[in-house]
Amino acid sequence: MSLTRDEMAAMVARDIPAGSFVNLGIGQPTLVADFLPEGSGVVLHTENGMLNMGPAAVGDAVDQDLTNAGKIPVTELPGASYFHHADSFAMMRGGHLDVCVLGAFQVAGNGDLANWHTGAADAIPAVGGAMDLAIGAKRVFVMMTLFAKDGSPKLVPSCTYPLTGVGCVDRVYTDVATFQVGPEGAVLLETFGTTFDELAARLDVPLRRAEEAGGDPGSS
Amino acid sequence: MTLICESAAEAVAEVEDGSTVLIGGFGMAGMPVALIDALIDQGATDLTVVSNNAGNGDTGLAALLAQGRVRKMVCSFPRQADSYVFDGLYRAGRVELEVVPQGNLAERMRAAGAGIGAFFCPTGVGTPLAEGKETREIDGRTYVLEHPIRGDVALVGAHVADRMGNLVYRKTARNFGPVMATAATTTIVQVARVVETGELDPEAVVTPSIYVDRVVAV
Repeated sequence: MSLTRDEMAAMVARDIPAGSFVNLGIGQPTLVADFLPEGSGVVLHTENGMLNMGPAAVGDAVDQDLTNAGKIPVTELPGASYFHHADSFAMMRGGHLDVCVLGAFQVAGNGDLANWHTGAADAIPAVGGAMDLAIGAKRVFVMMTLFAKDGSPKLVPSCTYPLTGVGCVDRVYTDVATFQVGPEGAVLLETFGTTFDELAARLDVPLRRAEEAGGDPGSS
Repeated sequence: MTLICESAAEAVAEVEDGSTVLIGGFGMAGMPVALIDALIDQGATDLTVVSNNAGNGDTGLAALLAQGRVRKMVCSFPRQADSYVFDGLYRAGRVELEVVPQGNLAERMRAAGAGIGAFFCPTGVGTPLAEGKETREIDGRTYVLEHPIRGDVALVGAHVADRMGNLVYRKTARNFGPVMATAATTTIVQVARVVETGELDPEAVVTPSIYVDRVVAV
């Protein structure tokens, strides 16, 4: 069986080391917060200027001065801190964040990321913090479905959409498989309801098995 | 010397046509809506506006855009669920757009405020947003040269000011405020209240008064 969005989020959460400083991108990656184990000590960063962000605010806790990067009202946990935008992005660009989790239109086998612009003529380009996150975090995880609605693969030999960052992605978590990507190309780590051969047939990107790639895929 | 104004109209009275206006806020958090409303009434036009977003709904920056007073938007994330005012103007060719990665937007204003002539930054290398820009390899990594963004005016939403113009902010409404306050010739701030000098804990002041020109409580 392929994974639901919640199950994908749980897979990502499983691979975030305890005590990490983590930024979760807008949309699906936000779900990862729900699957971080109690007491993991993971500190969530939101690029609009806060560390140790808590869950979404409900009822009386909603405060328009306290939102996440998706402009959703959130809460603060004990030990939270606030800072201005230049400091927030210095945390990112200065390499202080351990992990960020982003959505994507396409990821290339070499780790190139396209997630900000389809390049369509009538699309209004909007980049937000995606380019800063992509090059700043120590490890970049992507969470996406492996195939677009039209069936075309989103893990590709080279991105056809405009790039967000070059060679920046480490792991790709999808509904049917988890991959390591980077200078050595795409390596299949796990499958859900499919097989290496099925995926190798459907993807244009050269694919290797974890055993062939050698070493511990967790140490990328 | 910071001027404590009686009204938002007084605070924005001297904004000139053709100005570059830095407008704080991330979505509506920290958005200085009273100052923007006063700027709409004041009438300055042909503005270049630097702000993270390009307006939400029909108020604040969206209202200024709807009045046709903005020649160019410099922002990181114009497209949102409720950015229909900007979307319509952009598609009609009635407003220019420069998209800047959010960290560059903040750092370019920080540079302006700190007297930095330009800086090399790794964000955007190999992407369309770095095309035509100078790059340099430093210690094996490629960087793009980015230039400061300086404002004629900054409109900032803070929480409390003292009568000298020292500012504190509230939660994530801080966002671009402290950076924009440093980067403009004239910084105009709306706050929830003004307290007597000495009432703010000096250790807690986020924007020191040197950056602040005009304050109005709304």
